[in-house]
Amino acid sequence: MAQTTAPTSETRKNGSTRGSWKKWRRVTDQSRFEQQLDPGFTQEITSIPNGERLHECIQCGTCSAACAVSAFMDYTPRRLIAMTRAGCRDDVLHSLSPWVCTSCYACTVECPKQVPVTEIMHALKRTALREGEYPRRFTTPIMAREFVGMIERHGRSTESWISLKLYLKTNPFQLLKYYRLALRLARLGRLGFGRESIRRPAELRRMLEAVETPASRVPARGTSTGSVGSLAVAATGGGS
Amino acid sequence: MHLPDGDGEVKSPPESMATAPKVGVYVCHCGLNIAGKVDVERLVEFASTLPDVAVARDYRFMCSDPGQELIQQDIRDGLVNRVVVASCSPLMHEATFRGATAAGGLSPFLFQMASIREHVSWVTADGEEATEKAEALIAGAVRRVALHEDLERRQAPVLPDVLVVGGGIAGIHAALTMAEAGKRVYLVERESTIGGHMAKFDKTFPTLDCSACILTPKMSAVRSNPNITLWTYSDVVGVEGFTGNFTVRVRHRPRYVREDLCTGCLACIDACINKKAKVRDEWNEGLGKRKPIYIPFPQATPPVVVVDPDECIWFKTGKCPRTCVDACERDAFDFEQREEFDEVKVGAIVLATGFKTFDASRIFEYGYGRYPNVYTSPEVERLLNAAGPTQGEIEMRDGGRPKTVGIIHCVGSRDVKYNSYCSRVCCMYSLKLAHLIRERSGAEVYNFYIDMRAPGKGYEEFYWKLLQEGTHFIRGRVAEVTDEAMSKEEEGRLVIRAEDTLIGFVRRVPVDMVVLAVGLEPQSDAEQVRRLFNISCGGEGFFTERHPKLAPVSTFTDGIFLAGACQGPKDIPDSVAQAGAAAAEVLAMVDRGAVELEASTAFVDAAACSGCRTCVALCPFGAITYDAERKVAAVNEVVCKGCGICVGACPSGAAQQHLFTDQQILSEIEGVLQYV
Amino acid sequence: MTYAFFPGCSALGTGRSYVESLVAVLEKLGSGLNELEDWNCCGATAWPSVDDVKAVALSARNLALAEEANPGTDPVDVVAPCAGCYRALLKAERALEERGEVSERVDFALQTVGLRSERRARTRHPLDVLVNEIGVTRIGAAVTRPLDGLKVACYYGCLVVRPYATFDDTRDPTSMDRLVRAIGGEPIDWSMKTRCCGGSCYCGGPLIGAMPEATLQLSHELVKEAKKLGADVIATVCPLCAFNLEGFQDRMSREFGETLEVNVGFITQLLGLALGLDERTLGIHRMLRWNLPESRRAAQGGVHAPA
Repeated sequence: MAQTTAPTSETRKNGSTRGSWKKWRRVTDQSRFEQQLDPGFTQEITSIPNGERLHECIQCGTCSAACAVSAFMDYTPRRLIAMTRAGCRDDVLHSLSPWVCTSCYACTVECPKQVPVTEIMHALKRTALREGEYPRRFTTPIMAREFVGMIERHGRSTESWISLKLYLKTNPFQLLKYYRLALRLARLGRLGFGRESIRRPAELRRMLEAVETPASRVPARGTSTGSVGSLAVAATGGGS
Repeated sequence: MHLPDGDGEVKSPPESMATAPKVGVYVCHCGLNIAGKVDVERLVEFASTLPDVAVARDYRFMCSDPGQELIQQDIRDGLVNRVVVASCSPLMHEATFRGATAAGGLSPFLFQMASIREHVSWVTADGEEATEKAEALIAGAVRRVALHEDLERRQAPVLPDVLVVGGGIAGIHAALTMAEAGKRVYLVERESTIGGHMAKFDKTFPTLDCSACILTPKMSAVRSNPNITLWTYSDVVGVEGFTGNFTVRVRHRPRYVREDLCTGCLACIDACINKKAKVRDEWNEGLGKRKPIYIPFPQATPPVVVVDPDECIWFKTGKCPRTCVDACERDAFDFEQREEFDEVKVGAIVLATGFKTFDASRIFEYGYGRYPNVYTSPEVERLLNAAGPTQGEIEMRDGGRPKTVGIIHCVGSRDVKYNSYCSRVCCMYSLKLAHLIRERSGAEVYNFYIDMRAPGKGYEEFYWKLLQEGTHFIRGRVAEVTDEAMSKEEEGRLVIRAEDTLIGFVRRVPVDMVVLAVGLEPQSDAEQVRRLFNISCGGEGFFTERHPKLAPVSTFTDGIFLAGACQGPKDIPDSVAQAGAAAAEVLAMVDRGAVELEASTAFVDAAACSGCRTCVALCPFGAITYDAERKVAAVNEVVCKGCGICVGACPSGAAQQHLFTDQQILSEIEGVLQYV
Repeated sequence: MTYAFFPGCSALGTGRSYVESLVAVLEKLGSGLNELEDWNCCGATAWPSVDDVKAVALSARNLALAEEANPGTDPVDVVAPCAGCYRALLKAERALEERGEVSERVDFALQTVGLRSERRARTRHPLDVLVNEIGVTRIGAAVTRPLDGLKVACYYGCLVVRPYATFDDTRDPTSMDRLVRAIGGEPIDWSMKTRCCGGSCYCGGPLIGAMPEATLQLSHELVKEAKKLGADVIATVCPLCAFNLEGFQDRMSREFGETLEVNVGFITQLLGLALGLDERTLGIHRMLRWNLPESRRAAQGGVHAPA
């Protein structure tokens, strides 16, 4: 676990990080056989828009240094990019780093080669969730799924419900730390417990299901891929 | 080899314009460059079926001596009187094969090239498609070459004098080399002194020899060489003519001090009514101040002072006791000086206009311009210079001395947001600065680099030396320089945030001073210079050489050569080497005494000309005159460069060009279309 | 000018006063907001982690609703105050413009529920509207109770300027600073304008659950730096940023052993005060801490008449 305060030179001199056996990491296998690597994984991740730029990475580490939370990651974003490029599927999917990422896009805008690092993080999370290889006790993947489920059912999220559910599922004791804050917010009218919902949630569900229709089976009508712009769409018939 | 019927029977004497065309087609494999994609045997079979084709052969390398010999032998044997070579592009080998055609006894213009490498094998994925395309191109070439005719070859004398633009180390070296060969050299420099960037450095890598000690003797040599006319504070404002015969117009800006009288005693500067220097000193990158009358540095060449009219009280108010004038024993002041112009005729031009450094304030997160203790490398060069604003002491803007210094590499380089290229010199000069800073101040120095690039004689050894000295090297591009402190050790200092990529940790390194190793960029007026001299620029704005390997100092405009960093980022040894090469090219050209003029010139069919004069205005070489009496335009074929603008613009089709007549082009198109 | 308005889910909860103050301020300045009929969640940053195309579809529905409500208008400006929503809608806008596989599938999905995207909708952030549509001059002229030199730490957060810098500089945004100056405040010069608060932009803030120490440290850095530089208040433009910096301050103080007590509010609340609106309208009573310094408070009370 990363430290919450910046260390001083005294902590180093006093050797506070020495001597504790808990600080010693288990030695993990530091070699990888070629057959352990999965080029298909690399291909899958780089298939996102601009994902092929991952191959242009020069491993300069700007992403890691621009990242506000890299200190809390097991692998820095740069290492994750290198591992993805090499096809280290298992190592990447078992990394906490994508789940620590806050999607603040600092890496993306600073990258000198315009590698879409944040979008790659999203892609890694999608693959991990799909394959069920995500950390079970970690809140972010749980949260993402809960959140998505709530939107699918109600069309909107209710902060109080999502937080409550989340803590019950992962770490109920955390709730104790926040109940005071929650009560204060509720008193100030900032925490509603009534479930928010849109009027036509079924319609939204139908739309989301329709997204799953593969592009090849999407009928051409109403989908303009030309460069004519909205004029072309308008011309294909039907106003609003 | 495929020969039509009657192999070897034809024994008529070679070359006759009157006789029917007998075309020889020669298909080059170019190793596997062409043969790896295109079915060359099929091409030969195909070519031999074309009308007018007498011989069709293929060979591994047509440009080799045995390849050329094939062509020559067939001509000598009377088998062919027209030649088509299907190989690389005309830019690469047209001259070679024209030469071979001529050596066989034909006119070199009875030759046509089909580019089946650049236009076919290198750019086509599918072998079958490539072969078909090559067939069509060969068919076009065969149709066209039948219509070729012999052209007159003209020569023009080359003027012996030479112009060098830019007085940095490259321009100085080129000028000296040519002057020593006895040529008259005009050296034009925009600043008030020659010396360029090198004159601002204290030491040079990797030998750490004193920059001034090796440069100033060459600067003096320029001044004392009788063959060199040195024009500083001057710019080229006009270029006309063509290779061997350029007319160049040079503007001299007024410095309000007569160059022929001033001896550089500097008494006037002391006597200036401004007792304190208050004007930003560009020579010292703004780190020092100068007076309205100044000389950039003690060894400035020529040692002539300059008056800055924007700051001089006399110019601003008209009221000043002019103590400077009184102090001058040689009466060198001339406040009435105006711009003056010179016009010179030269045979060749060397461009050595140099580079500018990247504007570091463009990278917000590095804090240049926001944090006073963030410096650019040119600024630190001045700080380290014994003749600089701090006499070589590393004294920061706040007066403090740094205990820890961070040098950030690749500032503005290798980044698609700024310049995607590597500036080539920053790694090495950063090592030099790291060494000097450590030596002068004892400070701990951290280098933040992406990749250490030290390819050069003694360069890797210099890197090794720095490692031995204990300089810190962190492989990681810096994301941010910030004054936000996360611990008390960081309070009041600048914190550099970078990933130590070799470890995999993000490090926060607190330093007192940050040095930004800015990259090299084309001069801001490179585009105007490019237009003035009618040469070309690459995407990033540096001047383009004729060929990246085989003609590195030539341009696409004959008679104009490149030296130094105007062609691309370059260090001193490379600049000097290139300047020497450019000088050698010029000497070869000038000493030849004559240049061959373009044979494929334009001409006007007087009968078809309507006299609209569209072409007269368009010709970039002033080669077209209008005959008012006959009301037709006429091309002076000695001046014409064969650019074809008039041919394209002529509304009545009267302007035509040799080797590009309508008939020739149309039959080539027909030939291509017949087989696609 | 009336804008289509996408409040976002936080508007119903922790970010309530942001929306209240935004509506009031725009009304005062002569602009109206028309809330989208039956808008749905933008997808936040959670959806792209599960399904990127559906994430686009969610936002695309909102854009299509805006177009439906404004036939014949081009462009239809959709104001999204929450930084997370703003990015999500912008992302959908760009994906639809690209007209690739994603937009084809999304267009089809919209069609199945009788909606269509005509690419007329344009996502706007309140800062963009305030600075580039209404303009600081007009805002300055409408000030009745200038902030009298209130020192404001303008905190833009991440997603307003990243990855799309549509109306301000990615690294050195200045729109909020200009607003603060226009209403008589003094923006502090700091390097943390766009540093991540550790919130991660969806309701509840997932990182605070997974790694409270990370969120606390990042938020603490921001609050501590603002305090060090003498800021009276941190002005935010995102409900999540505001919540992190404000809600966890007590816990930060405990963890890091220092009293912070820095006011956190929305830029719209400060604008509202300067425009003479009362605290209740601006939702200031909903803030956990609102304790502007005495001299400034006097100014707010209307001691200084406008010049």
